[in-house]
Amino acid sequence: MIEKVIVAGFGGQGVMAIGKLLAYAGMLEDKQVSWLPSYGPEMRGGTANCDVIVSDKLIGSPVLTDDATAVIVMNLPSMDKFESHLAKEGKLIVNKSLIHKKATRDDIGVYYIDANEIAAEIGNPKAANMVMLGAFLELTSIVKPESVLEAFTKVFGEDKAKFIPLNAKALEKGAEAVKN
Amino acid sequence: MAKVLMKGNEAVCEAAIRAGCRYFFGYPITPQNEVPEYMSEKLPKVGGVFLQAESEVAAINMVYGAAGAGGRVMTSSSSPGMALKQEGISYIAGAELPCVIVNMMRGGPGLGSIQPGQADYFQATRGGGNGDYRHIVYAPASIQEMVDILMESFDIADIYRIPVLVLGDGMIGQMMEAVEFKEAIPKELPEKDWITTGTKEKRKPNVINSLYLEPELLYEHNLKLEAKHRLIEENEVRYEATGVEDAEVVCVAYGTTARVVKNAMEELEKEGIKVGLIRPITLWPFPNEAFDKINPKAKGLLTVEMSMGQMIDDVKIASNGRWTTDFHGKSGGLVPSPAGVIDAVKKIIGGGK
Repeated sequence: MIEKVIVAGFGGQGVMAIGKLLAYAGMLEDKQVSWLPSYGPEMRGGTANCDVIVSDKLIGSPVLTDDATAVIVMNLPSMDKFESHLAKEGKLIVNKSLIHKKATRDDIGVYYIDANEIAAEIGNPKAANMVMLGAFLELTSIVKPESVLEAFTKVFGEDKAKFIPLNAKALEKGAEAVKN
Repeated sequence: MAKVLMKGNEAVCEAAIRAGCRYFFGYPITPQNEVPEYMSEKLPKVGGVFLQAESEVAAINMVYGAAGAGGRVMTSSSSPGMALKQEGISYIAGAELPCVIVNMMRGGPGLGSIQPGQADYFQATRGGGNGDYRHIVYAPASIQEMVDILMESFDIADIYRIPVLVLGDGMIGQMMEAVEFKEAIPKELPEKDWITTGTKEKRKPNVINSLYLEPELLYEHNLKLEAKHRLIEENEVRYEATGVEDAEVVCVAYGTTARVVKNAMEELEKEGIKVGLIRPITLWPFPNEAFDKINPKAKGLLTVEMSMGQMIDDVKIASNGRWTTDFHGKSGGLVPSPAGVIDAVKKIIGGGK
């Protein structure tokens, strides 16, 4: 089993964070993982993205070009840039709250999520990224949501443990959004 | 020990500290800034010294000083910063001092870009400094390999009294992978009876210097260094050779680029095309012996680099005319894609028609 995921959005939406959580969760499940951030002269509000690979086998190139199995996009510039990076039959998970446009390809699976609204409903609009991650986990089953929650304090520190219930809820609601 | 998810830049520091490194001198430059950041936080906690120098030139000369006093010392930089360190590296090699240097390469020449590159191969293996000197160059392809090599590097540096360069790139510095810090296997190390820590009036003063005004004495020193270099060539060559005995085409790539090649190999295998890989882990000494294992009937070699073609010179030397040697690469901070490697391999196979 292998998932090659691009997570993209603007700085502050937590795209690097959910990428790290996913990689860490994979490691906790004894899978091979890599997390490669885009880096450059970027700033708050600029674009940010990372490539995450979670696999049962050793990982070759950590760079995703046109072979992503899933792309999670939090804003419009990210969708414009990364839709083309999906392999055939890949999954495009779109934050419908901020992207009022349909995907252009018809050889991929597209999932529209009201991530910001769902996050606001459960009490914190900042959890929109976790809603998206929840949808991704439901669609791919690459790691268990429990592993992501276990990774939470490892990535963000013990003092953030109080946010785990909110984030658990966000993962759950994201999963619900893609369940038929 | 359980695995942890770490950035390459941070893992390299943790490995150094676990290997007993207690002195770090450096000057910030992207994409290796997490190195001084990590060292500045951790070294003081283990009784070490972190010092941000006023320049790369100052940093490498601080390394010279600390190494001369017997300290386990490291510096790090990225391409343009490494250019500035070259004079100091020549002096350190000339004075036969052990140290570890990390270069997370970026695009060049000049200030270049801040994205990953491999265009410092010449600088690393030929030396940007003056004189007849060499230093060991390791080129790890994963964070785990980088950590393992780095922990050993300090011992290797001590054994041969030579600088050891660990050559990474922006990608391996910035990315995160799972790493495990294994217990270092203690090596038998020579006593540092040459350091300048005071005679206490019990011995003659030690002198650390690279200046020889008598040409005969310098020549003698050159011969001594050369003998050491031959010894390293005999003992320290490392490489990975995969499927080269029956390959149609053999790729040669190091560091992160080798991983791109592995993706391409997997795809080509599905099409029934046999591609081998030689991945030098030491760039100096270069693994010439690996090439003797290649299928004599192979159609050619393909060197893949994040440069305009530098290691290919060593590949030609190692190949010694036995195979044609082609090149595929990207530079400027761009990473070659598996698709590009696949096309290049197919061109070589079709080239015989």
